[in-house]
Amino acid sequence: MADLREMYQEVILEHAKSPRNYRALEAPAVRAEGYNPLCGDRCTVYLTMRGDVIEDIGFQGSGCAISRASASMMTQSLKGKTAGEAEGLFKSFHQMVTGRNSHGDRPQLGKLEAFAGVSEFPARVKCATLAWHTLEAALHGEHVPVTTE
Amino acid sequence: MSAPVALPRQEDAAAIGTRFDVGKVRSDFPILREFVHGRPLVYLDNAATSQKPEVVIDAVSNYYRHGNANIHRGVHLLSQRATEEFEAARAAVQSFLNARESREIVFVRGATEAINLVAQSYGRQQVGMGDEVLISAMEHHSNIVPWQILCEEKGATLRVVPINDAGELRMDELERLLSPRTKIVAVAHLSNALGSINPIQQIVGMAHARNIPVLVDGAQAVPHLPVDVQEMDCDFYVFSGHKIYGPTGIGVLYGKATLLEEMPPYQGGGDMISSVTFEKTIYNKVPHKFEAGTPDIAGVVGLGAAITYVNGLGLSAIAAHEHELLAYATDRIGALPGVRIVGTAKEKAGVLSFVLDGIHPHDVGTILDLEGIAVRTGHHCAQPVMDRFGIPATVRASFAVYNTLQEIDALAEGLEKVKEILG
Ligand SMILES: Cc1ncc(COP(=O)(O)O)c(C=O)c1O
Repeated sequence: MADLREMYQEVILEHAKSPRNYRALEAPAVRAEGYNPLCGDRCTVYLTMRGDVIEDIGFQGSGCAISRASASMMTQSLKGKTAGEAEGLFKSFHQMVTGRNSHGDRPQLGKLEAFAGVSEFPARVKCATLAWHTLEAALHGEHVPVTTE
Repeated sequence: MSAPVALPRQEDAAAIGTRFDVGKVRSDFPILREFVHGRPLVYLDNAATSQKPEVVIDAVSNYYRHGNANIHRGVHLLSQRATEEFEAARAAVQSFLNARESREIVFVRGATEAINLVAQSYGRQQVGMGDEVLISAMEHHSNIVPWQILCEEKGATLRVVPINDAGELRMDELERLLSPRTKIVAVAHLSNALGSINPIQQIVGMAHARNIPVLVDGAQAVPHLPVDVQEMDCDFYVFSGHKIYGPTGIGVLYGKATLLEEMPPYQGGGDMISSVTFEKTIYNKVPHKFEAGTPDIAGVVGLGAAITYVNGLGLSAIAAHEHELLAYATDRIGALPGVRIVGTAKEKAGVLSFVLDGIHPHDVGTILDLEGIAVRTGHHCAQPVMDRFGIPATVRASFAVYNTLQEIDALAEGLEKVKEILG
């Protein structure tokens, strides 16, 4: 069961049970919707920007433990970051969950390191990245729901 | 919640044993000797696709090794043999469905293509502006989207017969929705997401009373229930080979000869013509009119072998075995705290869909997989069914002839582990 615990770490399970920033933001916040057609998971990300900085961020949706925890921890790690920094984090995060970088290459991920175990479960990469794909759409002002396909 | 298990385990196993030597059946399927993540494979995803017995694998491989040739066009020995084998499989399907004539059996890629064929050929000819196509709320996407495409093209309307909380078709609503504008009814025989069996004969009776033809999606039904298209009197019946122990890429459209005769071709090409000039092409007779191009000959041969295999065991015996499995699983899994079964129709077969309180099906699927247990998690290509029950997804265990009560116990134990990790 080592692999399982590697993915379902305590911190992930805890965020899945009580996600942070689980709320809609009022206008003029931007919002984007994400959808994983494979499992029917949905995610809405809300952003309030001050200039280039993410001033506030929230999310709502239904999904598995991995996708909820990922969305929750993403919102925590992005408050106060610039759009460019957020994109950089996503890139690094994406490489981590697809097993394409190593621990030493991603010092900026911090707590998000908890998702490294996902790389052992290729079928679950989309769960871990749904919120991030949705974030990207919100940053780019795309209003068509994004999908992970 | 502690629903009593219907029968004590030992008796249950013995009861099955007298009907059926499951051990022998299992030995017919080489893949069941595989290990997954170091565990013996417990394959409970049969509604997605079933495993293949050795006789089917051998039939396909022997065809390529010893018999490969194109059909309906050579005078040489191999071509004649291939043609005979191909047509023998058609006859096997004919008697399997109890169709009146073998020309009522059209080979296609699968249930999906069969429905598209009917929508694009019969549908485009018969459905016009303001007409209606009637389907049900428990259809697989492949019995929804082809009709949507047709309705959009023709300015027709897709109407949907709702289901009740148990996942049964609302026959009163069906009665109400059949109208003079209804040009065809298309309905599943057995729901892949819920396991509900629809009363086809009654549906056909109601539709025929208004001269409306009925297409039955039998993709899930044929592996589990004896099917008699003459008795049901449906106009079209479709299924896929891969769900009944045959190869992927091959399936069947049954259509009443009178309807097939009148329908325009679906695709143009070789084999579907009797003569071609640049001025005019004369189409071949049915079923060849609908079989343009070189078909999946090996697939047809494999499907023929699968049907022979199923006939050898007997569909009534298979149905009885699977009924025991479903009854046992319903009690055993349903008794686990936090489990809610989705789809509790009185008439059910083959499928147990459920959700676990507070745990997403996707997480369940991953943890079961590490135990060697293959189930399907998701919307099962039936998103409207999920919406009807207000859930994004379910876990689905679906049964086949080779499954055992021990495997259901393994599933129950796997679910306990899921709850231990995520609960
Ligand atoms: C009820 C039902 N209809 C149609 C299909 C489509 O079958 P295929 O993908 O083999 O064409 C399926 C497959 O899951 C099904 O369960």
